[in-house]
Amino acid sequence: MELQLKEVVKTVSGKTHIYPTNLTFKSGDFNILLGTTGSGKTTLMQIMAGLDSIDSGSIYFNGADVTKVPVQKRNISMVYQAFINYPNFSVFDNIASPLYVAKLSEVEIKKRVGDIAELLKLSPLLDHNPSELSGGQQQRTAMARALVKDSSLVLLDEPLANLDYKLREELRDELPPLLAKRDSVVVYSTTEPLEALLFGGNTATLHKGKVVQFGPTNEVYQYPNNLISAQVFSEPIMNQVKVIKKGNELFMHSGVKWQIKGKSANLQDGSYSFGIRPHHFKIGAKNDGFIRISGTVDISEISGSDSVIHFRNDDGFWIVHLSGIHSHSFGNSIELYMDTTKGILFDDDGNTILN
Amino acid sequence: MANIKLEGLRHSYVDNPKNDEDWALKQIDLEWEDGGAYALLGPSGCGKTTLLNIISGLLQPSHGSIKFDDSEVNQISTDKRDIAQIFQFPVVYDTMSVYDNLAFPLRNLGLDEAKVSERVAEIAQLVELTSMLTSRASGLTAGDKQKISLGRGLVRTKVNAILFDEPLTVIDPHLKWQLRSKLKKLHQLLNRTMIYVTHDQIEALTFADKVVVMNFGEVLQIGTPVELFEKPKHTFVGHFIGSPGMNILPCKLDGDNAKLGKHIIETASQITQNHKGRNLEIGIRPELIKFSDDGLPVSIVKVSNVGHAQIVETSFEDHKIKLIVDEDFVLPSNNAHLSFNKEKTYLYADGWLV
Repeated sequence: MELQLKEVVKTVSGKTHIYPTNLTFKSGDFNILLGTTGSGKTTLMQIMAGLDSIDSGSIYFNGADVTKVPVQKRNISMVYQAFINYPNFSVFDNIASPLYVAKLSEVEIKKRVGDIAELLKLSPLLDHNPSELSGGQQQRTAMARALVKDSSLVLLDEPLANLDYKLREELRDELPPLLAKRDSVVVYSTTEPLEALLFGGNTATLHKGKVVQFGPTNEVYQYPNNLISAQVFSEPIMNQVKVIKKGNELFMHSGVKWQIKGKSANLQDGSYSFGIRPHHFKIGAKNDGFIRISGTVDISEISGSDSVIHFRNDDGFWIVHLSGIHSHSFGNSIELYMDTTKGILFDDDGNTILN
Repeated sequence: MANIKLEGLRHSYVDNPKNDEDWALKQIDLEWEDGGAYALLGPSGCGKTTLLNIISGLLQPSHGSIKFDDSEVNQISTDKRDIAQIFQFPVVYDTMSVYDNLAFPLRNLGLDEAKVSERVAEIAQLVELTSMLTSRASGLTAGDKQKISLGRGLVRTKVNAILFDEPLTVIDPHLKWQLRSKLKKLHQLLNRTMIYVTHDQIEALTFADKVVVMNFGEVLQIGTPVELFEKPKHTFVGHFIGSPGMNILPCKLDGDNAKLGKHIIETASQITQNHKGRNLEIGIRPELIKFSDDGLPVSIVKVSNVGHAQIVETSFEDHKIKLIVDEDFVLPSNNAHLSFNKEKTYLYADGWLV
């Protein structure tokens, strides 16, 4: 199965919410929309579902134009960030509700609800009311209802955002195999880069109503086509410094310099932005490609096994993520080594030049 | 500014509590030193919000006392306890300007406008709102609104403690990093007692000097982030802290050795015959396991790239064991074996550290 958006545009009282968007999602893939709040994830999903109209463009399902087909006739399942269940129905009836509507036989309904409840660990709770369940169980119920029928399009809009951290971790493990088995197009939205990385599949980075990049998740992460895509897909943010290229060397404002590796010969001399993710720094490493960076510590955050240190120097603010415990107080001086081979070079417009 | 002490605190929402489940808080004895940065960490329903409401005076405990600087405050009303509270959703007066929002608590105290203006300017600078003091709050982003909440919490000079109740839960990841480091910096600058309540272990560990881990209405462990990571006193703490959490593997005793299947696992725990017959488990962090030439034979089930590292899920008999390796690490193609860091491998009996 295949869902296709062609030149889809959405405006609300003169303001563009979705710029011309082209996307193709296939069944069997885990498709992710990654972006901050307000980037257009939910609007795009509402459009895919037929819950929201568009100004121009078309939507195709398996080659057929469904742009004007109302949501009731599109065979869609949707899970929202808030746990939405029927409060007066049992968990069983909540899950079975779309099957009642489809007028399936009682035997078939029992079997399907039983199967999906087993997968989502809801079997012992089928007689309960949603109000007696934990947040995680309520969201599992909403998911079970979305997955119990054979819908051709499953839309999950930040389904784990309101859950406890540890529950989120569990469901991140459980979801992909569950969705992979289905013959339907799956689209999942999130604000969290880590979630996209864990799910794999394909990712579209979104920013202010525009799809910035779409491709296999790991590729988008490793090879962002511009600075925006790189930032949407970095947590904490990617470090960004101005550099000047002269010959085959890059110079930071402070005078720190290094050799560019690989195919830099055709690159014009001049000013660029250098981006490097926080984990590409080490303490005391002096291998090829590593250069020394020093500065003054703002704060250090220790997570038990890892440290995140914020510091500043003449070149700007830096965030580095180190493994191990490295405690520094405000005002301490710090010396680190940056793996320049892992950096990405962007031009003044933010396009990726060298990766 | 005050030292806060909770003594023999118990709370139940039912009239005649009979069994353990009737107690939202079973027994809490805690001391928070003046000026410290603390976190209260636990899952939904662990009792952390109950505890917070008792401290702020919104709830009277069934038993025990709350002391600020050694004097009991049980009978003192919320508004007289001088506690600032910041909630998950920013509480902002939309129709007022940013300035008036920040000035609100001070005007309530009857401060003259000259003092109000001086104090608002000071706080606005701290939380980086100076440039928008004249803007109406309604048009601001979620992050700026949360900064206003934060500023209002800090604006009063006489505050015994600042309580944060899941302040960053609804904030996007990038902004979360910014606000969290801002909060931490504010703590360093102001040295006020700050208590940060959350279910998110990363927020708790990165913010606090000392973390109180709660579950089932009781405190399971109090420690620095490093202590909680390196030596969890309860399997729940091991599981809850860390991402992924500690591997907890049911094991058997053979003499004084702990065994997984036929394999002896060396631990840092002192094992005695007293542990026989109890529910025994081995705990080892994913960060402290390495692939090795010999050791526990496993098969690799799944590998997830998380950017700075790879999380590898392996299986040994019916145990699932996760480990974390470098992003560049080349995984063994077959005959994979694991070795555990012996100094940080522990035995747990009925959930508690041996």
